[in-house]
Amino acid sequence: MSIEIDQVNKRFGDFVAVDNVSLSLNDGELTALLGPSGSGKTTLLRIIAGLEQPDSGRIRFHGQDTTDLHVSDRGVGFVFQHYALFKHMSVFENVAYGLTVKPRSQRPSKAEIRRKVMHLLEMVQLDWTADRLPSQLSGGQRQRIALARALAVEPRVLLLDEPFGALDAKVRAELRRWLRRLHDEIHVTSVFVTHDQEEALEVSDRVVVMNKGRVEQDGSPEEVYDNPANPFVYEFLGNVNLFHARVQDGVARIGNLNLSAPEYAGQRESRALAYVRPHDIEVLGERREDALHAQIELVSVVGPTVRLELRTDNSENVVQAELSKHRYRELGLVQGGDAWIRPVNSRVFLEDGELQAG
Amino acid sequence: MTTQTLVHVANPELAARWRRATEEPAWVRWTLIGVALTFLALFLVLPLAVVLYGAFEQGLQVWWAAINEPDALAAIRLSLMVVLIVVPINLVFGVAAAWAIAKFEFRGKPILISLIDMPFAISPVVVGLIFVILFGSQGWLGPWLAAHDLRIIFAVPGIVIVIAFGTLPFIARELIPLMQQQGKEEEEASLTLGASGWKTFWYVTLPNIKWGLIYGVILCNARALGEFGAVAVVSGRIRGETNTMPLHIEVLYNEYMFTAAFAVSSLLTGLALVTIAVKSFIEWLDERQRPAGDSH
Repeated sequence: MSIEIDQVNKRFGDFVAVDNVSLSLNDGELTALLGPSGSGKTTLLRIIAGLEQPDSGRIRFHGQDTTDLHVSDRGVGFVFQHYALFKHMSVFENVAYGLTVKPRSQRPSKAEIRRKVMHLLEMVQLDWTADRLPSQLSGGQRQRIALARALAVEPRVLLLDEPFGALDAKVRAELRRWLRRLHDEIHVTSVFVTHDQEEALEVSDRVVVMNKGRVEQDGSPEEVYDNPANPFVYEFLGNVNLFHARVQDGVARIGNLNLSAPEYAGQRESRALAYVRPHDIEVLGERREDALHAQIELVSVVGPTVRLELRTDNSENVVQAELSKHRYRELGLVQGGDAWIRPVNSRVFLEDGELQAG
Repeated sequence: MTTQTLVHVANPELAARWRRATEEPAWVRWTLIGVALTFLALFLVLPLAVVLYGAFEQGLQVWWAAINEPDALAAIRLSLMVVLIVVPINLVFGVAAAWAIAKFEFRGKPILISLIDMPFAISPVVVGLIFVILFGSQGWLGPWLAAHDLRIIFAVPGIVIVIAFGTLPFIARELIPLMQQQGKEEEEASLTLGASGWKTFWYVTLPNIKWGLIYGVILCNARALGEFGAVAVVSGRIRGETNTMPLHIEVLYNEYMFTAAFAVSSLLTGLALVTIAVKSFIEWLDERQRPAGDSH
């Protein structure tokens, strides 16, 4: 079931939560809505579910306009950050709820409900908790029950609002791999909201990066990470170093360094910023013409990688570089010593106010 | 730290002398407990004992005669009838108001919350006067009511209205914080699972507020039985017709029929004690049903 979001707007008083968003999510895909808090991602998800009404715009499921369809008729499965399990019902009753509240004519028989609920509980590996109350389960278990409950009604789309946000790091990592495997099995069109870029990149087929109610970029996890569309996406998806540069005719200059920037071929000289990820900075132990001299201000070893903070001669800013412990030892670098750095992969954006030549 | 722990284990006599940080010396504890108990005995237990003593001083037969007397029976009947009308009205209103306040955002919400508190703030006598001014024969709606042959003041409808007004906050006040704390995620989950609004209320909201609701009903009930000031103003105190139990007691007392006054009082007190017992039982049930480790 594909989801089409067509020019959706939503305001809360003066706050623009969703600003003219159009997206089309493909059948069977697992899409991540990624963004900082206040970026409108949760509001957009709730609009898809029917828990909020858009001020304008349409929502379509597989071509059928569902904008005016009440949430209870929309056929969505919704998983909440804080599980929202029914406290006073057993795990079994929670999962069975969507089936037992169906009108009598559509309601499956008791035996059929039992069979289905137990099947779902087996799928989330929690069939042994059927008679317990939600409060007797751990956070990760509760969220799996919430997922089983949402799947019981065979939703057309599955929507998850920060599903792992309330869990600790280890459970979160386990659960998101588990969600990925589950999705590969059942293939229901799914959208999940997260502010954790690692989670979005690891779990999803597709990442939609949002900021201030707008879509900043929409693409596969690799695409979004390797080719961020703009500085916001670059900065949001992991650490990044900024270098002031001057761009002219396909070349960006940082000090005595020339970086190729073919997208600016024919550009007259303009001020620009070059974005380089810490692991895309090559650190050298000896002088080279195509590298910038820098001083190593701080060395921190984090497991198998070493993070360096360096200060270049002509920069106020600290440059962060990442390399393997092995490589670090090989180069014989020390805190307070000299090093030469060279971006091996960069992306150049013109500074505000500079015009891009065609 | 280590040495202290060692001493602690090795020398129990010394350990016994160490008090926990929050523990006060014995004389402070006993003084405070003594003051509290004396206060309770003087202001709560003694009056209760006086009522019971006064009621049964001349034997069970006299007590029964005082109760089993037409005016007393009429007062008991009227009080119970008023409770049966008022409590359901406030139950519906309280749930509706709490639901609206806790689950929805709308303009004028703070005003509604303040309005709900108003009956607690206004003196009961003033409440009675308000309704006399509204519905009395010289009041705003008096001529219209008279023209249609409707009696509110000095009749049962007036009593129901002032008691409903005075006890209005109990259920709503009990439910609002409870429902606000519970949020609306469970309701939203229910809706996404295909349940209608009514089924969501019945299967999800109501079980979650069950204990708070029962508690509110009990408080409302207790207050409705005991309400005096406002009723005294609007009822007209017609014996056997518009006297509720508290009014009847006052009449008996003013006529120097102390034993009868105490007898009816003991009945009212008995109802209050039953209410408190039911309340404690419900709290105990609630405590027991709540699974360990659940903070809600």
